[in-house]
Amino acid sequence: MDLSSINSLLLLASLMVASTPILLAGLGELVVERAGVLNLGVEGMMITGAVCGFAIGFETGSALWGFAAAAAAGAVLSLVFGVLTQILMSNQVATGLALTLFGLGLSSLIGQGYVGERGVNVPDVPLGPLADLPVVGPILFRHDAVVYLSLFLCLAIWLFLYRSRAGLVLRSVGESAEAAHALGTKVVRIRLAAIAFGGACAGLGGAYLSLVRVPQWTDGMTSGAGWIALALVVFSSWRPWRLLLGAYLFGGLTVLQLNLQAAGVKLPVEYLSMAPYILTILVLVIISSGRGRAALGAPAALGRSFHAAA
Amino acid sequence: MSALLQVRGLSKAYPGVVANKDVDLTVQQGEIHALLGENGAGKSTLVKAIYGLVKPDAGTMALLGKPYAPPEPRAARRAGVAMVFQHFSLFDALSVAENVGLGMETPPRLRVLAAEIAQVSRAYGLPLDPAARVGDLSAGARQRVEIVRCLLQEPKLLIMDEPTSVLTPQEVEILFATLQKLAREGTSILYISHKLEEIRALCRRATILRRGRVVGTCDPRSVSTAQLAELMVGTSLKRPDREGRNRGPVVLALKDLSVPAPGRFGTALSGIRLTVEGGEIVGIGGVAGNGQDELLAALSGELPVGPRMIELEGEEIGTLGPVARRRLGLLAAPEERLGHAAAPDMSLTENAALTGWMREPILRRGFLDWKAARSFAQKVIESFDVRTPGPGTAARALSGGNLQKFVIGREVLQRPRVLVVNQPTWGVDAAAAAAIRQALIDLARGGAGVVVITQDLDEILELADRFAALNAGRLTPPVPTEGLTMERIGLMLGGAHDMDVARPDEAHQIMESYDAPA
Repeated sequence: MDLSSINSLLLLASLMVASTPILLAGLGELVVERAGVLNLGVEGMMITGAVCGFAIGFETGSALWGFAAAAAAGAVLSLVFGVLTQILMSNQVATGLALTLFGLGLSSLIGQGYVGERGVNVPDVPLGPLADLPVVGPILFRHDAVVYLSLFLCLAIWLFLYRSRAGLVLRSVGESAEAAHALGTKVVRIRLAAIAFGGACAGLGGAYLSLVRVPQWTDGMTSGAGWIALALVVFSSWRPWRLLLGAYLFGGLTVLQLNLQAAGVKLPVEYLSMAPYILTILVLVIISSGRGRAALGAPAALGRSFHAAA
Repeated sequence: MSALLQVRGLSKAYPGVVANKDVDLTVQQGEIHALLGENGAGKSTLVKAIYGLVKPDAGTMALLGKPYAPPEPRAARRAGVAMVFQHFSLFDALSVAENVGLGMETPPRLRVLAAEIAQVSRAYGLPLDPAARVGDLSAGARQRVEIVRCLLQEPKLLIMDEPTSVLTPQEVEILFATLQKLAREGTSILYISHKLEEIRALCRRATILRRGRVVGTCDPRSVSTAQLAELMVGTSLKRPDREGRNRGPVVLALKDLSVPAPGRFGTALSGIRLTVEGGEIVGIGGVAGNGQDELLAALSGELPVGPRMIELEGEEIGTLGPVARRRLGLLAAPEERLGHAAAPDMSLTENAALTGWMREPILRRGFLDWKAARSFAQKVIESFDVRTPGPGTAARALSGGNLQKFVIGREVLQRPRVLVVNQPTWGVDAAAAAAIRQALIDLARGGAGVVVITQDLDEILELADRFAALNAGRLTPPVPTEGLTMERIGLMLGGAHDMDVARPDEAHQIMESYDAPA
């Protein structure tokens, strides 16, 4: 075993890259849940985004088009969920699970011609002298645009939720759809918009995996990232900055276990690769034990269907 | 005086029910107009149409002579119509200021709004802390939030849907003083209620609805309460007969019953002492949210309590769960009919079996005997005159009054030693309420102890032998109801809390100062 082979600078730098997919997907789901909708289909939307992003990026040779297509695909898929649950009043949990299964199958179908192909190159953002700074340069300033987009999204969502009237209306819908309706808020429309936004974010997160992180298309390549994103939302108590913290924590753990494997730690690989998922389960158990979900600050109307009586 | 609002021939039908049929209503400027009717008479539908929440099938409305048909509440608010809802349209997790801002068309910045709320609310005698989280407020304070939200928009017409059901008598008096001053300043108020005394104290004109139709318009001061009631209900009602009961030994004793608050917005119970004798009905009053649900849960066994805190006929049962308590004869009927007292999508037979299997011969060697369950459900339906096609009907399909009769009847027919009920006649029409009250009295006549937790003070005076008030999780010592006045009851319920007499002139000055450019 040779732990000295782990370069801590590279480890921290790859942490940001490893965290970006779950951060993006988690941010989207956070907005969806703040509107009172529980979409368990994050995994399905992520992988659909991953395959669409890779395919369009491959065909057009442009990473930008790839990411755009991934966001669009995620949004379209999420609107299937939206129409089913918000307009046709289907059960949110069951529909979300179905969406995951559907997304996995669909991505496998679309991706058949792309297995083994080499993806497009996603350039880093040239930040000039910042990138040459010692220590912080390689950690913070040598990344691609999507990493910075995810940080910007975190700020934007925080501002939206807590500093804008539209965000207040969205939170009110998540607290009590009936009361919001009584005040004249278009509950279903707001929820559909939130769902589409969440889908687009999940799609972007998936595309980041297939275009930057891996960068290749393989079946089932999200391998549970969507579920980690869902756990992150709970872990963050539905707050954007805590979600960022949580995402980097999980991302760090993923990177660390890869590095430990490479360094030849005498521990079966399986234990290392299951670590993030065990942490997910632990977080969910610790956080939901005891005082119930109200104590966590969960939106009061989370997962409840709303049907206007008029 | 000229007409502010005119409604002509308004009709609205839902699948299976006609909520409003050819309703005419005229509200003059600056008057407090009562809209009177039983639960389900169509009052709420009518005002929802005026507020733009419901689109009427037919009919026209005019506001100040101009045609008025708000497609949504926003349009109604712009036209000067504001509404205080019966079930609060507030968000627990948000602050007072955020809640107020959500109900306004163009709210100022949150900090300005908070200052405005603090001042206006004080001036109207409805003090509020703008930063407080609504979920932590009492029911009375929540209503103040709703009222202040409306007042900040200076409405021409203020609709109030049963505003007093959560207030103490003292708070009601202050609210009425505020409303009268508002009316004197020219605001019209459409006041919905089924409480006749209130209407007689407050309103000069009343429109009475029955089954969706207007059955009369009158000055409530010039007709007797009995006449009003007859107009409202359609038949005359008889008061329940309380005579012929003998007191027995103590059946239920609570000894320093204390329970921590379940959940963030729950109420902790502390040091509750009470004894209930056989044949006695004890009424427990209180404004909503003062520990009623927790008390019922502690008695039914849903909330765990200390071993010595509850005695049933001398036996300590604090640690027993609901099933064991039911076996011993302590039965309970919670407030929430659908979802707590009954499973909405299960049939009446299944619902009867769910609480009946401990005391009725419904179980045979561990298996359910559906025939016995069905006949038990049938017995409840027949003895309590539950209007339903049969025991196979889903609980959800029953009207509120009928389901409540079923839920209470199901417990009464199990011959309890002690029965605890929470809000037994809430949202139930007068005829069904009378039947339920009579059933509770008959149960006490048979020797059982009955605890009635209710927010309806008339119900306490009608039913209970002794009365105790629940206030912030503490119970006052019980007093006999004979000779008890409403005022005394109000003081026991905590008096006016921190409400204050209104000073509308000051409020106006404050509001005008905001309109002026800063």
